[in-house]
Amino acid sequence: MTSVSETQQAPALLRPFQLIGRTVIAAFREVGRISVFSARVLVACVTPVIYIREFFRQCLKIGFYSLPVVGLTAVFIGAALALNIYVGGSRFNAEQFVPNIVVLGITRELGPVLAGLMLAGRVSAGIAAEIGAMRVTEQIDALLTLSAKPARYLYAPRVLAATLTLPLLVLVADTIGVMGGYLVGVGSLDFNGSVYLKNTWEFVTANDIWSGVIKAAFFGAIIAIMGCYQGDRSKGGAGGVGRAATLAVVGAAVLILASNYILTSIFTSIGL
Amino acid sequence: MRETITHAPILELRGVHKSFGDQEVLRGVDLMVAPGQSLVIIGGSGTGKSVTIKCALGLMTPERGEVLFDGQPVKGGKAIDAVRRRTGMLFQGGALFDSLTVWENVAFALMYRDRVGRGEARKLAIETLAKVRLGASAADLRPAELSGGMQKRVALARAIIAKPDLIFFDEPTTGLDPITADAVNSLIVEQVKALGAAAITITHDMASVRKIADDVAMLHEGRIVWRGAISTLDRSGSAHVDQFVHGRAEGPIQPAI
Repeated sequence: MTSVSETQQAPALLRPFQLIGRTVIAAFREVGRISVFSARVLVACVTPVIYIREFFRQCLKIGFYSLPVVGLTAVFIGAALALNIYVGGSRFNAEQFVPNIVVLGITRELGPVLAGLMLAGRVSAGIAAEIGAMRVTEQIDALLTLSAKPARYLYAPRVLAATLTLPLLVLVADTIGVMGGYLVGVGSLDFNGSVYLKNTWEFVTANDIWSGVIKAAFFGAIIAIMGCYQGDRSKGGAGGVGRAATLAVVGAAVLILASNYILTSIFTSIGL
Repeated sequence: MRETITHAPILELRGVHKSFGDQEVLRGVDLMVAPGQSLVIIGGSGTGKSVTIKCALGLMTPERGEVLFDGQPVKGGKAIDAVRRRTGMLFQGGALFDSLTVWENVAFALMYRDRVGRGEARKLAIETLAKVRLGASAADLRPAELSGGMQKRVALARAIIAKPDLIFFDEPTTGLDPITADAVNSLIVEQVKALGAAAITITHDMASVRKIADDVAMLHEGRIVWRGAISTLDRSGSAHVDQFVHGRAEGPIQPAI
Protein backbone atom coordinates (compact mmCIF):
# COMPACT_ATOMS: atom_id res chain seq x y z
CA MET A 1 0.00 0.00 0.00
CA THR A 2 2.81 2.38 0.90
CA SER A 3 4.44 2.00 -2.47
CA VAL A 4 1.14 2.56 -4.28
CA SER A 5 0.42 5.75 -2.36
CA GLU A 6 4.00 6.97 -3.00
CA THR A 7 3.55 6.32 -6.74
CA GLN A 8 0.28 8.25 -6.73
CA GLN A 9 1.78 11.18 -4.81
CA ALA A 10 5.01 11.34 -6.78
CA PRO A 11 3.63 12.98 -9.99
CA ALA A 12 1.83 15.64 -7.92
CA LEU A 13 5.03 16.44 -6.06
CA LEU A 14 6.97 16.58 -9.27
CA ARG A 15 4.38 18.64 -11.12
CA PRO A 16 5.95 22.07 -10.35
CA PHE A 17 9.33 20.76 -11.52
CA GLN A 18 7.68 19.31 -14.59
CA LEU A 19 6.13 22.68 -15.34
CA ILE A 20 9.44 24.49 -14.87
CA GLY A 21 11.18 21.88 -17.01
CA ARG A 22 8.63 22.16 -19.79
CA THR A 23 8.83 25.95 -19.77
CA VAL A 24 12.63 25.92 -19.90
CA ILE A 25 12.67 23.36 -22.71
CA ALA A 26 10.04 25.35 -24.65
CA ALA A 27 12.11 28.53 -24.20
CA PHE A 28 15.28 26.80 -25.44
CA ARG A 29 13.33 25.31 -28.35
CA GLU A 30 12.08 28.77 -29.33
CA VAL A 31 15.59 30.25 -29.07
CA GLY A 32 16.85 27.39 -31.25
CA ARG A 33 14.13 27.97 -33.86
CA ILE A 34 14.81 31.72 -33.98
CA SER A 35 18.57 31.08 -34.29
CA VAL A 36 18.14 28.61 -37.16
CA PHE A 37 15.66 30.92 -38.90
CA SER A 38 18.00 33.92 -38.46
CA ALA A 39 20.97 31.95 -39.80
CA ARG A 40 18.98 30.93 -42.90
CA VAL A 41 17.85 34.50 -43.54
CA LEU A 42 21.33 35.94 -42.99
CA VAL A 43 22.79 33.40 -45.43
CA ALA A 44 20.09 34.44 -47.93
CA CYS A 45 21.10 38.09 -47.36
CA VAL A 46 24.66 37.42 -48.55
CA THR A 47 23.67 35.04 -51.37
CA PRO A 48 24.36 36.67 -54.75
CA VAL A 49 20.73 36.47 -55.99
CA ILE A 50 19.04 39.45 -54.35
CA TYR A 51 15.60 40.52 -55.47
CA ILE A 52 16.46 44.17 -56.15
CA ARG A 53 12.93 45.43 -56.86
CA GLU A 54 11.63 43.82 -53.69
CA PHE A 55 14.59 45.27 -51.75
CA PHE A 56 13.88 48.84 -52.93
CA ARG A 57 10.16 48.37 -52.30
CA GLN A 58 10.97 47.40 -48.71
CA CYS A 59 13.43 50.29 -48.30
CA LEU A 60 10.58 52.60 -49.20
CA LYS A 61 8.08 50.89 -46.89
CA ILE A 62 10.39 50.41 -43.94
CA GLY A 63 12.65 53.44 -44.23
CA PHE A 64 10.93 56.29 -46.01
CA TYR A 65 7.43 55.78 -44.63
CA SER A 66 8.82 55.58 -41.08
CA LEU A 67 10.34 59.06 -41.31
CA PRO A 68 7.32 60.92 -39.85
CA VAL A 69 6.97 58.68 -36.80
CA VAL A 70 10.71 58.67 -36.10
CA GLY A 71 10.98 62.42 -36.64
CA LEU A 72 8.09 63.22 -34.32
CA THR A 73 9.44 60.90 -31.64
CA ALA A 74 12.89 62.47 -31.89
CA VAL A 75 11.76 66.10 -31.68
CA PHE A 76 9.67 65.52 -28.55
CA ILE A 77 12.32 63.38 -26.88
CA GLY A 78 15.00 66.00 -27.62
CA ALA A 79 12.79 68.74 -26.19
CA ALA A 80 11.87 66.78 -23.04
CA LEU A 81 15.49 65.73 -22.55
CA ALA A 82 16.64 69.37 -22.65
CA LEU A 83 14.10 70.34 -19.98
CA ASN A 84 15.02 67.41 -17.73
CA ILE A 85 18.76 68.02 -18.04
CA TYR A 86 18.21 71.70 -17.28
CA VAL A 87 16.26 70.85 -14.11
CA GLY A 88 18.86 68.24 -13.05
CA GLY A 89 21.82 70.40 -14.06
CA SER A 90 20.54 73.41 -12.14
CA ARG A 91 20.99 71.45 -8.88
CA PHE A 92 24.76 71.53 -9.54
CA ASN A 93 24.90 74.88 -11.36
CA ALA A 94 25.55 72.89 -14.53
CA GLU A 95 22.72 74.20 -16.73
CA GLN A 96 25.23 75.13 -19.43
CA PHE A 97 25.79 71.43 -20.18
CA VAL A 98 22.27 70.99 -21.63
CA PRO A 99 23.43 70.99 -25.30
CA ASN A 100 26.27 68.55 -24.56
CA ILE A 101 24.15 66.03 -22.71
CA VAL A 102 21.25 66.32 -25.12
CA VAL A 103 23.46 65.45 -28.09
CA LEU A 104 25.20 62.66 -26.16
CA GLY A 105 21.90 61.15 -24.98
CA ILE A 106 20.29 61.38 -28.39
CA THR A 107 23.14 60.03 -30.50
CA ARG A 108 24.36 57.24 -28.24
CA GLU A 109 21.13 56.03 -26.67
CA LEU A 110 17.75 57.60 -27.25
CA GLY A 111 17.98 58.04 -31.02
CA PRO A 112 18.68 54.38 -31.86
CA VAL A 113 16.63 52.86 -29.03
CA LEU A 114 13.50 54.95 -29.56
CA ALA A 115 13.69 54.73 -33.35
CA GLY A 116 14.12 50.97 -32.90
CA LEU A 117 11.16 50.69 -30.56
CA MET A 118 8.97 52.81 -32.83
CA LEU A 119 9.90 50.63 -35.79
CA ALA A 120 9.32 47.50 -33.72
CA GLY A 121 5.72 48.68 -33.44
CA ARG A 122 5.28 49.91 -37.00
CA VAL A 123 7.50 47.66 -39.09
CA SER A 124 7.83 44.39 -37.17
CA ALA A 125 4.06 44.13 -36.71
CA GLY A 126 3.51 45.04 -40.36
CA ILE A 127 5.96 42.43 -41.62
CA ALA A 128 4.53 39.75 -39.31
CA ALA A 129 0.97 40.53 -40.41
CA GLU A 130 1.88 40.59 -44.11
CA ILE A 131 3.87 37.35 -44.03
CA GLY A 132 1.36 35.75 -41.68
CA ALA A 133 -1.45 36.54 -44.13
CA MET A 134 0.69 35.08 -46.92
CA ARG A 135 1.24 31.95 -44.84
CA VAL A 136 -2.44 31.35 -44.05
CA THR A 137 -3.57 32.07 -47.63
CA GLU A 138 -0.99 29.59 -49.03
CA GLN A 139 0.97 32.32 -50.82
CA ILE A 140 4.19 31.04 -49.25
CA ASP A 141 3.41 27.52 -50.50
CA ALA A 142 2.74 29.09 -53.91
CA LEU A 143 6.17 30.74 -53.81
CA LEU A 144 7.77 27.36 -53.10
CA THR A 145 5.93 25.68 -55.98
CA LEU A 146 7.24 28.46 -58.26
CA SER A 147 10.79 27.60 -57.11
CA ALA A 148 11.24 30.84 -55.14
CA LYS A 149 12.67 30.44 -51.66
CA PRO A 150 10.82 32.58 -49.08
CA ALA A 151 14.11 33.27 -47.28
CA ARG A 152 15.49 34.88 -50.43
CA TYR A 153 12.41 36.45 -51.96
CA LEU A 154 10.54 37.58 -48.83
CA TYR A 155 12.81 37.67 -45.80
CA ALA A 156 16.24 38.75 -47.08
CA PRO A 157 14.98 41.94 -48.80
CA ARG A 158 13.12 42.95 -45.62
CA VAL A 159 16.07 42.23 -43.32
CA LEU A 160 18.52 44.02 -45.62
CA ALA A 161 16.20 46.99 -46.03
CA ALA A 162 15.62 47.34 -42.27
CA THR A 163 19.33 46.88 -41.49
CA LEU A 164 20.36 49.57 -43.97
CA THR A 165 17.55 52.09 -43.50
CA LEU A 166 17.33 52.17 -39.69
CA PRO A 167 20.84 53.68 -39.38
CA LEU A 168 19.78 56.39 -41.86
CA LEU A 169 16.60 56.98 -39.88
CA VAL A 170 18.68 57.26 -36.72
CA LEU A 171 20.89 59.91 -38.33
CA VAL A 172 17.72 61.85 -39.14
CA ALA A 173 16.41 61.23 -35.59
CA ASP A 174 19.73 62.49 -34.13
CA THR A 175 19.47 65.72 -36.10
CA ILE A 176 15.80 66.30 -35.29
CA GLY A 177 16.30 65.31 -31.64
CA VAL A 178 19.11 67.84 -31.25
CA MET A 179 16.90 70.44 -32.91
CA GLY A 180 14.13 69.60 -30.41
CA GLY A 181 16.58 70.33 -27.59
CA TYR A 182 17.71 73.49 -29.38
CA LEU A 183 14.13 74.79 -29.71
CA VAL A 184 13.47 74.31 -26.01
CA GLY A 185 16.93 75.58 -25.04
CA VAL A 186 16.59 78.77 -27.07
CA GLY A 187 12.85 79.22 -26.72
CA SER A 188 12.31 78.41 -23.02
CA LEU A 189 15.67 78.16 -21.27
CA ASP A 190 17.26 81.41 -22.52
CA PHE A 191 20.19 79.78 -24.32
CA ASN A 192 21.88 81.71 -27.06
CA GLY A 193 21.15 79.89 -30.33
CA SER A 194 24.63 80.03 -31.82
CA VAL A 195 26.27 79.09 -28.50
CA TYR A 196 23.90 76.11 -28.16
CA LEU A 197 24.78 74.84 -31.62
CA LYS A 198 28.50 75.53 -31.14
CA ASN A 199 28.52 73.56 -27.85
CA THR A 200 26.65 70.72 -29.50
CA TRP A 201 28.94 70.55 -32.51
CA GLU A 202 32.16 70.79 -30.48
CA PHE A 203 31.06 68.20 -27.96
CA VAL A 204 29.76 65.44 -30.18
CA THR A 205 32.34 62.98 -31.54
CA ALA A 206 32.30 60.62 -34.48
CA ASN A 207 32.29 57.74 -31.99
CA ASP A 208 29.02 58.98 -30.47
CA ILE A 209 27.38 58.93 -33.87
CA TRP A 210 28.93 55.61 -34.96
CA SER A 211 27.84 53.99 -31.71
CA GLY A 212 24.19 54.88 -32.42
CA VAL A 213 24.41 53.96 -36.09
CA ILE A 214 25.90 50.51 -35.40
CA LYS A 215 23.22 49.86 -32.78
CA ALA A 216 20.58 50.90 -35.30
CA ALA A 217 21.82 48.38 -37.85
CA PHE A 218 21.51 45.59 -35.24
CA PHE A 219 18.06 46.81 -34.22
CA GLY A 220 16.94 46.93 -37.85
CA ALA A 221 17.96 43.32 -38.36
CA ILE A 222 16.21 42.28 -35.12
CA ILE A 223 12.98 44.08 -36.10
CA ALA A 224 12.79 42.49 -39.55
CA ILE A 225 13.86 39.00 -38.43
CA MET A 226 11.29 38.92 -35.63
CA GLY A 227 8.56 40.09 -38.01
CA CYS A 228 9.49 37.49 -40.62
CA TYR A 229 9.89 34.71 -38.04
CA GLN A 230 6.56 35.26 -36.34
CA GLY A 231 4.78 35.76 -39.66
CA ASP A 232 6.29 32.57 -41.04
CA ARG A 233 5.09 30.58 -38.02
CA SER A 234 1.58 32.00 -37.94
CA LYS A 235 -1.36 29.69 -38.48
CA GLY A 236 -5.08 29.54 -37.87
CA GLY A 237 -6.48 32.46 -39.86
CA ALA A 238 -6.97 36.06 -38.73
CA GLY A 239 -6.43 35.23 -35.04
CA GLY A 240 -3.10 33.60 -35.82
CA VAL A 241 -1.98 36.58 -37.88
CA GLY A 242 -2.90 38.99 -35.06
CA ARG A 243 -1.02 36.86 -32.56
CA ALA A 244 2.02 36.81 -34.83
CA ALA A 245 2.00 40.61 -35.04
CA THR A 246 1.80 40.93 -31.25
CA LEU A 247 4.58 38.40 -30.66
CA ALA A 248 6.77 40.12 -33.24
CA VAL A 249 6.44 43.51 -31.53
CA VAL A 250 7.02 42.13 -28.03
CA GLY A 251 9.94 39.94 -29.15
CA ALA A 252 11.58 42.74 -31.13
CA ALA A 253 11.17 45.28 -28.30
CA VAL A 254 12.67 42.94 -25.68
CA LEU A 255 15.56 41.96 -27.96
CA ILE A 256 16.26 45.61 -28.82
CA LEU A 257 16.50 46.57 -25.15
CA ALA A 258 18.61 43.51 -24.26
CA SER A 259 20.96 43.92 -27.22
CA ASN A 260 21.22 47.65 -26.50
CA TYR A 261 22.72 46.85 -23.11
CA ILE A 262 25.09 44.26 -24.59
CA LEU A 263 26.22 46.58 -27.39
CA THR A 264 26.67 49.50 -24.98
CA SER A 265 28.82 47.27 -22.75
CA ILE A 266 30.94 46.22 -25.73
CA PHE A 267 31.32 49.81 -26.99
CA THR A 268 32.27 50.99 -23.51
CA SER A 269 34.89 48.27 -23.17
CA ILE A 270 36.47 49.03 -26.56
CA GLY A 271 36.28 52.79 -26.08
CA LEU A 272 33.75 53.49 -28.86
CA MET B 1 -10.00 -0.80 -56.38
CA ARG B 2 -8.86 -0.85 -59.99
CA GLU B 3 -5.82 0.69 -61.63
CA THR B 4 -6.20 1.95 -65.20
CA ILE B 5 -2.55 2.96 -65.66
CA THR B 6 -1.09 1.60 -68.87
CA HIS B 7 1.96 3.93 -69.29
CA ALA B 8 4.89 4.53 -66.97
CA PRO B 9 3.51 6.95 -64.36
CA ILE B 10 4.75 10.51 -64.25
CA LEU B 11 3.90 10.58 -60.54
CA GLU B 12 3.67 7.72 -58.12
CA LEU B 13 3.01 7.65 -54.40
CA ARG B 14 3.92 4.43 -52.62
CA GLY B 15 2.65 3.81 -49.09
CA VAL B 16 2.80 7.48 -48.08
CA HIS B 17 2.17 8.14 -44.38
CA LYS B 18 1.81 11.58 -42.84
CA SER B 19 0.81 12.53 -39.29
CA PHE B 20 0.27 15.79 -37.42
CA GLY B 21 0.98 15.10 -33.76
CA ASP B 22 -1.15 12.11 -32.78
CA GLN B 23 -3.41 12.49 -35.80
CA GLU B 24 -2.49 10.13 -38.62
CA VAL B 25 -3.82 11.78 -41.79
CA LEU B 26 -2.31 9.59 -44.52
CA ARG B 27 -2.05 5.88 -43.70
CA GLY B 28 -0.37 4.46 -46.76
CA VAL B 29 -1.54 6.28 -49.87
CA ASP B 30 -0.74 4.48 -53.14
CA LEU B 31 -1.41 6.51 -56.25
CA MET B 32 -0.22 6.74 -59.83
CA VAL B 33 -0.92 9.12 -62.65
CA ALA B 34 0.21 8.57 -66.23
CA PRO B 35 1.41 11.32 -68.59
CA GLY B 36 -1.57 13.11 -70.10
CA GLN B 37 -4.00 11.53 -67.66
CA SER B 38 -6.42 13.55 -65.53
CA LEU B 39 -6.93 12.02 -62.11
CA VAL B 40 -9.45 13.47 -59.67
CA ILE B 41 -9.18 12.61 -55.98
CA ILE B 42 -12.45 12.81 -54.09
CA GLY B 43 -13.09 12.34 -50.39
CA GLY B 44 -14.70 13.92 -47.37
CA SER B 45 -13.37 16.98 -45.58
CA GLY B 46 -10.23 16.29 -43.55
CA THR B 47 -9.41 12.99 -45.27
CA GLY B 48 -5.99 14.25 -46.38
CA LYS B 49 -6.55 15.20 -50.02
CA SER B 50 -4.59 18.46 -49.77
CA VAL B 51 -1.93 16.75 -47.65
CA THR B 52 -1.51 14.14 -50.41
CA ILE B 53 -0.70 16.72 -53.08
CA LYS B 54 1.46 18.72 -50.68
CA CYS B 55 3.50 15.55 -50.06
CA ALA B 56 3.73 15.01 -53.83
CA LEU B 57 5.04 18.56 -54.32
CA GLY B 58 7.54 18.39 -51.45
CA LEU B 59 5.64 21.01 -49.44
CA MET B 60 5.27 18.37 -46.73
CA THR B 61 7.59 15.49 -45.97
CA PRO B 62 6.00 12.07 -45.51
CA GLU B 63 7.13 10.07 -42.48
CA ARG B 64 7.04 6.84 -44.44
CA GLY B 65 6.57 5.85 -48.05
CA GLU B 66 7.97 7.17 -51.26
CA VAL B 67 7.08 9.77 -53.90
CA LEU B 68 8.44 9.13 -57.40
CA PHE B 69 8.38 11.65 -60.23
CA ASP B 70 9.17 10.19 -63.65
CA GLY B 71 10.49 7.15 -61.82
CA GLN B 72 12.94 9.17 -59.68
CA PRO B 73 12.47 9.49 -55.92
CA VAL B 74 11.51 13.01 -54.82
CA LYS B 75 13.89 13.38 -51.91
CA GLY B 76 16.16 16.27 -51.05
CA GLY B 77 16.28 19.87 -52.22
CA LYS B 78 17.54 19.28 -55.78
CA ALA B 79 15.00 16.55 -56.58
CA ILE B 80 12.17 18.69 -55.19
CA ASP B 81 13.37 21.72 -57.21
CA ALA B 82 13.46 19.56 -60.34
CA VAL B 83 9.88 18.40 -59.73
CA ARG B 84 8.66 21.96 -59.15
CA ARG B 85 10.19 23.08 -62.46
CA ARG B 86 8.00 20.52 -64.24
CA THR B 87 4.79 21.01 -62.27
CA GLY B 88 2.17 23.71 -61.81
CA MET B 89 -0.24 24.21 -58.97
CA LEU B 90 -3.57 26.00 -58.66
CA PHE B 91 -4.29 26.61 -54.99
CA GLN B 92 -7.75 26.54 -53.45
CA GLY B 93 -7.93 30.28 -52.77
CA GLY B 94 -5.80 31.16 -55.78
CA ALA B 95 -2.85 32.17 -53.52
CA LEU B 96 -2.06 35.11 -55.80
CA PHE B 97 0.59 37.49 -54.46
CA ASP B 98 -1.23 40.60 -53.20
CA SER B 99 1.73 42.92 -53.69
CA LEU B 100 2.19 42.08 -57.38
CA THR B 101 0.08 42.91 -60.40
CA VAL B 102 -1.80 40.22 -62.32
CA TRP B 103 0.85 39.89 -65.03
CA GLU B 104 3.67 39.79 -62.45
CA ASN B 105 1.81 36.96 -60.69
CA VAL B 106 1.39 35.03 -63.93
CA ALA B 107 4.98 35.56 -65.04
CA PHE B 108 6.53 35.04 -61.60
CA ALA B 109 8.26 31.74 -62.42
CA LEU B 110 9.54 33.11 -65.73
CA MET B 111 11.07 36.21 -64.14
CA TYR B 112 12.40 34.84 -60.86
CA ARG B 113 13.21 31.24 -61.81
CA ASP B 114 13.93 31.27 -65.53
CA ARG B 115 15.42 34.79 -65.59
CA VAL B 116 13.23 36.01 -68.46
CA GLY B 117 13.37 39.82 -68.84
CA ARG B 118 10.38 41.85 -67.63
CA GLY B 119 9.33 42.96 -71.13
CA GLU B 120 9.33 39.43 -72.54
CA ALA B 121 7.73 38.05 -69.36
CA ARG B 122 4.91 40.59 -69.56
CA LYS B 123 4.27 39.67 -73.20
CA LEU B 124 4.12 35.95 -72.36
CA ALA B 125 1.88 36.65 -69.36
CA ILE B 126 -0.62 38.57 -71.50
CA GLU B 127 -0.61 35.74 -74.06
CA THR B 128 -1.30 33.24 -71.29
CA LEU B 129 -4.03 35.43 -69.80
CA ALA B 130 -5.72 35.38 -73.20
CA LYS B 131 -5.74 31.58 -73.06
CA VAL B 132 -7.83 31.77 -69.88
CA ARG B 133 -10.11 34.42 -71.45
CA LEU B 134 -8.69 37.43 -69.65
CA GLY B 135 -7.88 40.55 -71.61
CA ALA B 136 -4.70 42.62 -71.48
CA SER B 137 -6.64 45.23 -69.48
CA ALA B 138 -6.53 42.88 -66.48
CA ALA B 139 -2.74 42.60 -66.62
CA ASP B 140 -1.98 45.69 -64.56
CA LEU B 141 -4.67 45.17 -61.93
CA ARG B 142 -3.96 43.85 -58.44
CA PRO B 143 -5.47 40.49 -57.41
CA ALA B 144 -7.73 42.25 -54.88
CA GLU B 145 -9.40 44.11 -57.76
CA LEU B 146 -10.54 40.85 -59.42
CA SER B 147 -13.63 38.72 -58.84
CA GLY B 148 -13.27 35.17 -57.46
CA GLY B 149 -13.65 33.63 -60.93
CA MET B 150 -11.07 35.98 -62.44
CA GLN B 151 -8.64 35.18 -59.62
CA LYS B 152 -9.02 31.46 -60.35
CA ARG B 153 -8.32 32.13 -64.04
CA VAL B 154 -5.20 34.14 -63.16
CA ALA B 155 -4.09 31.30 -60.89
CA LEU B 156 -4.66 28.88 -63.78
CA ALA B 157 -2.61 31.10 -66.08
CA ARG B 158 0.20 31.11 -63.49
CA ALA B 159 0.03 27.32 -63.24
CA ILE B 160 0.32 26.74 -67.01
CA ILE B 161 2.64 29.52 -68.19
CA ALA B 162 5.82 27.45 -67.81
CA LYS B 163 4.24 24.53 -69.74
CA PRO B 164 4.41 21.96 -66.94
CA ASP B 165 4.16 18.19 -67.40
CA LEU B 166 1.90 17.79 -64.37
CA ILE B 167 -0.60 20.26 -62.88
CA PHE B 168 -2.22 20.04 -59.45
CA PHE B 169 -5.62 21.63 -58.88
CA ASP B 170 -6.71 22.06 -55.27
CA GLU B 171 -10.49 22.55 -55.21
CA PRO B 172 -10.48 24.77 -58.31
CA THR B 173 -14.18 25.68 -58.15
CA THR B 174 -14.60 26.31 -54.42
CA GLY B 175 -16.53 29.52 -53.76
CA LEU B 176 -17.67 29.98 -57.37
CA ASP B 177 -21.23 30.00 -58.69
CA PRO B 178 -22.14 26.95 -60.87
CA ILE B 179 -21.80 28.84 -64.15
CA THR B 180 -18.40 30.34 -63.33
CA ALA B 181 -17.33 26.96 -61.91
CA ASP B 182 -18.26 25.28 -65.18
CA ALA B 183 -16.32 27.91 -67.12
CA VAL B 184 -13.24 27.32 -64.92
CA ASN B 185 -13.63 23.53 -65.37
CA SER B 186 -13.81 23.98 -69.16
CA LEU B 187 -10.66 26.09 -69.12
CA ILE B 188 -8.86 23.49 -67.02
CA VAL B 189 -9.79 20.69 -69.44
CA GLU B 190 -8.90 22.82 -72.47
CA GLN B 191 -5.53 23.98 -71.17
CA VAL B 192 -4.46 20.63 -69.74
CA LYS B 193 -5.26 18.99 -73.08
CA ALA B 194 -3.48 21.75 -75.02
CA LEU B 195 -0.33 21.19 -72.94
CA GLY B 196 -0.65 17.42 -73.06
CA ALA B 197 0.01 17.51 -69.32
CA ALA B 198 -1.14 15.16 -66.60
CA ALA B 199 -3.44 16.62 -63.94
CA ILE B 200 -4.32 15.76 -60.39
CA THR B 201 -7.38 17.55 -59.07
CA ILE B 202 -8.88 17.35 -55.62
CA THR B 203 -12.47 18.43 -55.27
CA HIS B 204 -15.80 17.91 -53.55
CA ASP B 205 -17.67 19.21 -56.57
CA MET B 206 -19.18 16.28 -58.50
CA ALA B 207 -19.81 18.49 -61.56
CA SER B 208 -16.06 19.17 -61.67
CA VAL B 209 -15.31 15.46 -61.25
CA ARG B 210 -17.49 14.52 -64.23
CA LYS B 211 -16.07 17.30 -66.39
CA ILE B 212 -12.37 17.00 -65.56
CA ALA B 213 -11.64 13.37 -64.71
CA ASP B 214 -10.31 10.51 -66.80
CA ASP B 215 -9.89 8.54 -63.59
CA VAL B 216 -11.30 9.04 -60.10
CA ALA B 217 -9.73 7.94 -56.81
CA MET B 218 -11.57 7.95 -53.49
CA LEU B 219 -9.53 8.83 -50.40
CA HIS B 220 -10.98 7.71 -47.09
CA GLU B 221 -9.30 7.51 -43.68
CA GLY B 222 -5.89 8.16 -45.20
CA ARG B 223 -6.04 5.47 -47.88
CA ILE B 224 -7.25 5.18 -51.48
CA VAL B 225 -10.29 2.93 -51.10
CA TRP B 226 -11.40 2.93 -54.75
CA ARG B 227 -10.05 3.98 -58.11
CA GLY B 228 -11.63 3.67 -61.52
CA ALA B 229 -12.37 5.34 -64.81
CA ILE B 230 -14.92 8.16 -64.72
CA SER B 231 -17.29 5.98 -66.78
CA THR B 232 -17.44 3.50 -63.88
CA LEU B 233 -18.10 6.06 -61.14
CA ASP B 234 -21.85 5.41 -60.97
CA ARG B 235 -21.43 1.63 -60.80
CA SER B 236 -18.31 1.54 -58.65
CA GLY B 237 -19.60 -1.12 -56.26
CA SER B 238 -18.03 0.91 -53.43
CA ALA B 239 -20.31 2.02 -50.61
CA HIS B 240 -17.92 4.93 -49.93
CA VAL B 241 -18.07 6.17 -53.51
CA ASP B 242 -21.84 5.76 -53.74
CA GLN B 243 -22.37 7.70 -50.53
CA PHE B 244 -20.06 10.50 -51.66
CA VAL B 245 -21.43 10.72 -55.21
CA HIS B 246 -25.00 10.90 -53.98
CA GLY B 247 -24.16 13.20 -51.06
CA ARG B 248 -25.84 11.10 -48.38
CA ALA B 249 -25.18 11.61 -44.66
CA GLU B 250 -25.88 7.90 -44.00
CA GLY B 251 -23.22 5.37 -44.92
CA PRO B 252 -19.66 4.32 -44.09
CA ILE B 253 -18.33 7.92 -44.27
CA GLN B 254 -19.08 9.91 -41.12
CA PRO B 255 -20.01 13.57 -41.75
CA ALA B 256 -17.22 15.94 -40.63
CA ILE B 257 -19.33 17.69 -37.95
